[in-house]
Amino acid sequence: MDTNLIFTLCGVGLCGIGFFGFIYHRHLLRRLIAFNLIGNGTFLIMVGFAQRGQGVTDHVIQALVLTGIVVAVAATALGLVLIRRWFQLKGSTQLPEDDAS
Amino acid sequence: MNMILSPIPWLLVIPLAGAVLTMLVPYHWRSPASVVGIFTQLMASVVLWYQVTHYGPQFYAMADWQAPLGIALRADGLATLFILMSSLVASACAFYAHAYLSLQKRAHFWPLLWFLWASLNGIWLAADTFNLYVGLELLTFAAVGLVAFASDERSLEASIRYLYAALLGSMAYLLGVALLYGAQGTLSMDSLAETWHWGPTNQVAVTLILGGLLLKTAVFPLHTWLPPAHGGALTPVSALLSALVIKASFYILLRFWIEFQIYQFLPSLSQLLGALGAGAILWGGWMALRQTHLKMVVAYSTVAQIGYMTLMFPLLVAESSEASLLAYQGGILMLLAHAFAKAGMFLAAGNLIFCTGKPDLVSLAGMSRYRPLNIFAFGLAGVSLMGLPPSGGFNAKWLLLQSSFMSGQWWWIVVLLLGNLLSAAYVFRVFAYTYQETDALDTYKRPKLSLELIALGLSVGSILLGFISVWPLEMISLPGPVMEALP
Repeated sequence: MDTNLIFTLCGVGLCGIGFFGFIYHRHLLRRLIAFNLIGNGTFLIMVGFAQRGQGVTDHVIQALVLTGIVVAVAATALGLVLIRRWFQLKGSTQLPEDDAS
Repeated sequence: MNMILSPIPWLLVIPLAGAVLTMLVPYHWRSPASVVGIFTQLMASVVLWYQVTHYGPQFYAMADWQAPLGIALRADGLATLFILMSSLVASACAFYAHAYLSLQKRAHFWPLLWFLWASLNGIWLAADTFNLYVGLELLTFAAVGLVAFASDERSLEASIRYLYAALLGSMAYLLGVALLYGAQGTLSMDSLAETWHWGPTNQVAVTLILGGLLLKTAVFPLHTWLPPAHGGALTPVSALLSALVIKASFYILLRFWIEFQIYQFLPSLSQLLGALGAGAILWGGWMALRQTHLKMVVAYSTVAQIGYMTLMFPLLVAESSEASLLAYQGGILMLLAHAFAKAGMFLAAGNLIFCTGKPDLVSLAGMSRYRPLNIFAFGLAGVSLMGLPPSGGFNAKWLLLQSSFMSGQWWWIVVLLLGNLLSAAYVFRVFAYTYQETDALDTYKRPKLSLELIALGLSVGSILLGFISVWPLEMISLPGPVMEALP
């Protein structure tokens, strides 16, 4: 099997797991980790799917994935700060359940 | 083009530099520095407007790095109009914030505002799908930071919800972009449009991008994060979020829909978008009618107004070029009128809450006697939102109505009219509270005159738009990628 296909399939799998976790869990940290899984899955898909059949490394994709990783790190940091503040204020790691709005 | 002559780099570099600088300099220098920045932004927008109207669409490669690795920017009529809109509204909100916030708060407000401004300009000007992604993410971070800025429990909760919804949305968008790149080997909007072919990959990509952007624009039923975030934030922030931030993801959706001619190949998806818009109009209007807090009324009104903008998608039909053009113009005018009216309404609502010191509607009793100017500003914005003549909102709805007639889609007319009734109801409901007289002691605070004048100025802008509608409509009809892709 082609390596790029393996990357793509792994990426799709990771995205699936991440999406499930994001929807299923209520714990804020778990959801943030799930978001990171989706992100990593996306990057794998980018690396694998986008350069299939070309035989050479695509610099554009490398630049995109690098930028994407930076953005994901920033997002995670922002999320962590907000979660920590929430924990300090409420002593809880979850948001209150949605009142049907 | 030379960096000095083209205003395009200034629109990105100055806000980014402003964000970093205002974080570094001492507190009392931050406001003067920002005021200088605001004026350069306004000037750059006007210069860009002049260049685009006289010399046609402008292109710029940042630091002479050409695509695909460099950052390519383009300004057509649509982008220029959005630049002008965001410069005007953001400046007004910035001056409002300067008068509204304490020195301490203000000092932390400026960096976030400049990040927000930079990402907005980046989105309006982006020529490729990946820059749009970076712009979207930066915008999210700045906006989430600004929501949490109110620093109470409710706004913190709202900002976490907002962050999670927005992150999911941008990841879906990025995945779509990756698939498009895999299928067509390019990121540039122009080359994507040239080589577009409807394979299964593109269909999955469009679905992902659509889902992500709908979540970020808060289109019904993905709107639940919006009311607490917009209603719970500080007043100038609420105005910025409702007037500008949600427009960014809508703008991207619009560009995709028209430039890649999705409206032509997937008309059923357009109808679905219209149905979501109709749901937003009715549900948002109904919920606005049931709120007990003033800013929540305005926030739910935003949900409803997003629905009106979404109504333009089913009206873009390949068979009738005239109906499509009317729908496009109506949708854009709707967006512009909403930007001014909603910013004005949020600021006026904030002033009223500042007076009474309480956020709920019942404490507004007696306000129309005590703060007539403010109520007037609120009312003018309401006129535009209700779509009464003469206002930008009226012209926009008139164009959408005509387009529905012309393309024979009468069901949207019913939605438009019902939505108008609902908006009238929730605006007049607020008025009813302000006319009540109670025996309670009047312990009102008086807001600064400048706060009231800024709110009034924005509301007057939304009315004025009704008189000068021809001008923005000419702007967006300038030759450019969007006009070429319309039937």
